[in-house]
Amino acid sequence: MDLGNVASLSLFYPEIVLAGTIILLTILDLVVANKRAMAYLGLAGCLVALVATVDLYGTESTLLFHRMVALDNFSLFFKVVTLAALVGAIWMSIGSGEVRQVHLGEYYIVLLTCGFGMFFMASANNLLMAYLGLELVSLTSYILTGMLPHNRRSAEAALKYLIYGGVASGTMIYGMSWVFGMAGSLDYAAINAAMGEAGGNQVALFMAFVFILAGFGYKMAFAPFHMWSPDVYQGAPTPFTGFLSVASNAAGVAILIRFFYPAVSTLGQEGSWAFQAFPALQWTDLLVALSIITMTWGNLSALNQRNVKRLLAYSGIAHAGYIMMGLVVLNNDGLNAMLFYVVVYLIMNLGAFLVVMIVANATGREDMDAYRGLAWRGAAFPAVCMMVFLASLTGLPPLAGFIGKFLLVAAIIEGQFYLLAVVAMINTVISLYYYWRIVKTMFLDEPAPEDGPVAATASAVPLLGALAVLTLVLGVYWAPLLDYTTGSLGFFMQ
Amino acid sequence: MTEHVLSYMVFFPLAGMLIVLCLPRDRHDLIRWVSAAATVPPLLLGIGLYVNFDTTTTGMQFVQRAAWIPAFNIEYYVGVDGLSVSMVLLTALLSFLCIFASWNIDKGVKGYFALFLLLDTGMTGVFVALDFVLFYVFWEVMLLPMYFLIGIWGGPRKEYAAIKFFLYTLLGSVLMLVAILALYFYSEPNTFDMTKLMDRSNLYSTEPLGMWPFNVWGWGFQHVVWMALFIGFAIKIPAFPFHTWLPDAHVEAPTAISVILAGILLKMGTYGILRINYPMLPEATADLAFWFLAALGAWNIVYGGLCAMAQTDMKKLVAYSSVSHMGYVMLGMAAFNTQGINGAVLQMFNHGTITAMLFLLVGVIYDRAHHRDIDGFGGLAGIMPVYAGFTALAFFASMGLPGLSGFVSEVLVLLGAWPKYHALTIIAALGIVITAGYMLWMMQRVYLGPPNEKYRDLPEINGREIFTLFPLGVIVVVVGVYPRVVLDLLQASLNNINQMVISHLS
Repeated sequence: MDLGNVASLSLFYPEIVLAGTIILLTILDLVVANKRAMAYLGLAGCLVALVATVDLYGTESTLLFHRMVALDNFSLFFKVVTLAALVGAIWMSIGSGEVRQVHLGEYYIVLLTCGFGMFFMASANNLLMAYLGLELVSLTSYILTGMLPHNRRSAEAALKYLIYGGVASGTMIYGMSWVFGMAGSLDYAAINAAMGEAGGNQVALFMAFVFILAGFGYKMAFAPFHMWSPDVYQGAPTPFTGFLSVASNAAGVAILIRFFYPAVSTLGQEGSWAFQAFPALQWTDLLVALSIITMTWGNLSALNQRNVKRLLAYSGIAHAGYIMMGLVVLNNDGLNAMLFYVVVYLIMNLGAFLVVMIVANATGREDMDAYRGLAWRGAAFPAVCMMVFLASLTGLPPLAGFIGKFLLVAAIIEGQFYLLAVVAMINTVISLYYYWRIVKTMFLDEPAPEDGPVAATASAVPLLGALAVLTLVLGVYWAPLLDYTTGSLGFFMQ
Repeated sequence: MTEHVLSYMVFFPLAGMLIVLCLPRDRHDLIRWVSAAATVPPLLLGIGLYVNFDTTTTGMQFVQRAAWIPAFNIEYYVGVDGLSVSMVLLTALLSFLCIFASWNIDKGVKGYFALFLLLDTGMTGVFVALDFVLFYVFWEVMLLPMYFLIGIWGGPRKEYAAIKFFLYTLLGSVLMLVAILALYFYSEPNTFDMTKLMDRSNLYSTEPLGMWPFNVWGWGFQHVVWMALFIGFAIKIPAFPFHTWLPDAHVEAPTAISVILAGILLKMGTYGILRINYPMLPEATADLAFWFLAALGAWNIVYGGLCAMAQTDMKKLVAYSSVSHMGYVMLGMAAFNTQGINGAVLQMFNHGTITAMLFLLVGVIYDRAHHRDIDGFGGLAGIMPVYAGFTALAFFASMGLPGLSGFVSEVLVLLGAWPKYHALTIIAALGIVITAGYMLWMMQRVYLGPPNEKYRDLPEINGREIFTLFPLGVIVVVVGVYPRVVLDLLQASLNNINQMVISHLS
């Protein structure tokens, strides 16, 4: 079903709520003196949008605004993920000492706008829309990264991010222009139809896809487009880093899946996709190689990091590599595992950053030494939660991260990519070492005399507990979430 | 009752852990008694299990199953046969005794006992799980408490030992996970049910793979999966060359945890091979048993023994003696006859009790003298006669003196192995001499000779310590005199496992 501009609005209310909140905040910023109220208003706006999105879930798949934007369970799923990340990030920001230094009004406005951009990354059905969504997310991310006043790291990170981002999106739009030249349209369905006839230009198409993949991969922090991530993670305010690590990744996954599946592949029997664009070129091998390089590079680089945010940045790169495994198999099981992992990663990584923020609030530091004997310095609860999140990131049962990895590895073993499976598993062992260095520091090391007590930020504790409980519960009983992700692939099952 | 008995055994300690976590942190004695109470029901249920166990059938008993994740056919499925019931009993007994062996832990008491009970749940769970995912979850659940128990309450190099243990074991288990998933997707319809996978063992291809180096070795899918599982289990056993975590972990761990490590965790390696590799991948087992079980086992015996002889630390000596004694298990099970395989599993049980005694005894002396240097003592027999008596019993049992349990299993292993592997059996028999060598030498240096003046006032072994040692001593003697108390449990199931492989022997 295609809808025109006006008719689309009736199915567009989550976005309208979010946009309304942003505009309201912009106006209120001029008149309201108590900037804390802005946070609560933003939180409320996100929650209303969340309810609206959940309400829309399950409606018939529809193309809005003259085929520009797709409304289906897949996009709604990623909107829910984005909103959940926004709620978490705003909640974190309320308690963050770092965020208190910035212009709070602008901070929340730009943060919500960033989430708004991710909505369009998830639902774009046209390369132009995809590019606009991606750019909206990128521009707001540069601003948020550089927001800390009088902080050289923050400014440096923002500049680096801007330069890398500019190059990546330039590369991507160049690739898109090739696709446009060959397909004669930017609409996904039209591209799909044209692919069947583009047999003569296989190499050109392959190059175009590699360019596009670079742009998307930069959002997800694939190697070798990951260089921005450690500096940005370290320099940005922690709540935003937490948001970026999960939401940017999720949006990258969404835009990637939507472009490379419905747009350029056809669905065959029993949920397996045929990549019809260039049957003669080994697209899968490229993805396998990228995935292996990304996870290995990320993990090896993380081994010697002393700054926990930087360490988590490299771990995020490794996780992008794990998530990419789901693309390799070209079937719905793989995609399902990717969606599942996105949710699980959201929960555990946000939790880990929450603990980073609590420690930074109390000590003003983010390096490993600040965690020395954390469990014995009055912060036993955050330390135990951190251990749960790190164990989950490693992929130890019975935690959610294990199930995520289990599904991904199950998918690639079903597709008989044994080498990739073994490499991924060995990477898990490597990752244990650096995650466990933090656990070791928190529990096994004695606090030094100069390490003062750490008081857990009161407002962060409920969120922390909820995330830890979710990590445990999803590790033991994950069937409901799996049903949800399976249902979210509805668009592709037709 | 019979339907839930295994679940109770698995989850009683977990419930105990939750109660312990709710107790106030400075009520040390209360925490200790609650923990002890949490390990009593599994022990009593274990005795009930022993009494009610049907020794004539080869099937799974006390089965309970329920759907867990229907989308992947994952079930909560537990049950025991002769192989696992012996290990479940050992686990219940050692967990109970080790609570008392941990009585003098006074740093972070609450955390220690909570983690210990979690470990107990994981261990029991591994031996009763019959669903692969459940098995894997329990297998990994043990790692976390073990890491902290070594890492927080251990000796001077505890951090290194703890992370080394963790990394080694995780490496093994991730390979195992890949193998489990490969078996899952190879079976039609896909299942994680271990009993069903055993029934379909002839489906797994042994056609050599085209890929280097498998085409050179003639390995098929079945061989590769076998190897992935084997590496996981070999790390636990620990078989050379994956054994290097063991001396570190054992030496640094607190006494009770060394007992658990040597008594139960090492058994999981050989248990896994017998439970999974033998019945599910019989053809690969038949092909690879000589090099990877028999020869490696014999090498373990000699290598472990020689390493033990060179040690100056009592605990390290006992640790290397474990490497040596687990070699008998590997050799015995590679013999594929009644004596060999029964001897192997009996050796698992006996090693569990004997090594537990040895570690407890070393712990007793360490608590008093605060070092374990073999050359730092002398004439302890005159100072602590009761203690020396228990030590002598354990040492002789470890050496394989007739009338004690170690003798029965070692003789069965050697009898079983001889018809198949002459040379290896001779090497293994040599191992007994080496064992006698290091054990007697340690005995002589520590317990005999002129008493060391420094330790003239060492207090005699106390009631609590005797309480932990006495049941083990009784088992050592009873099994030594009348081994059928254990062998009867094992025989039917083990012969069944054996039969599956024998038909594939060339």
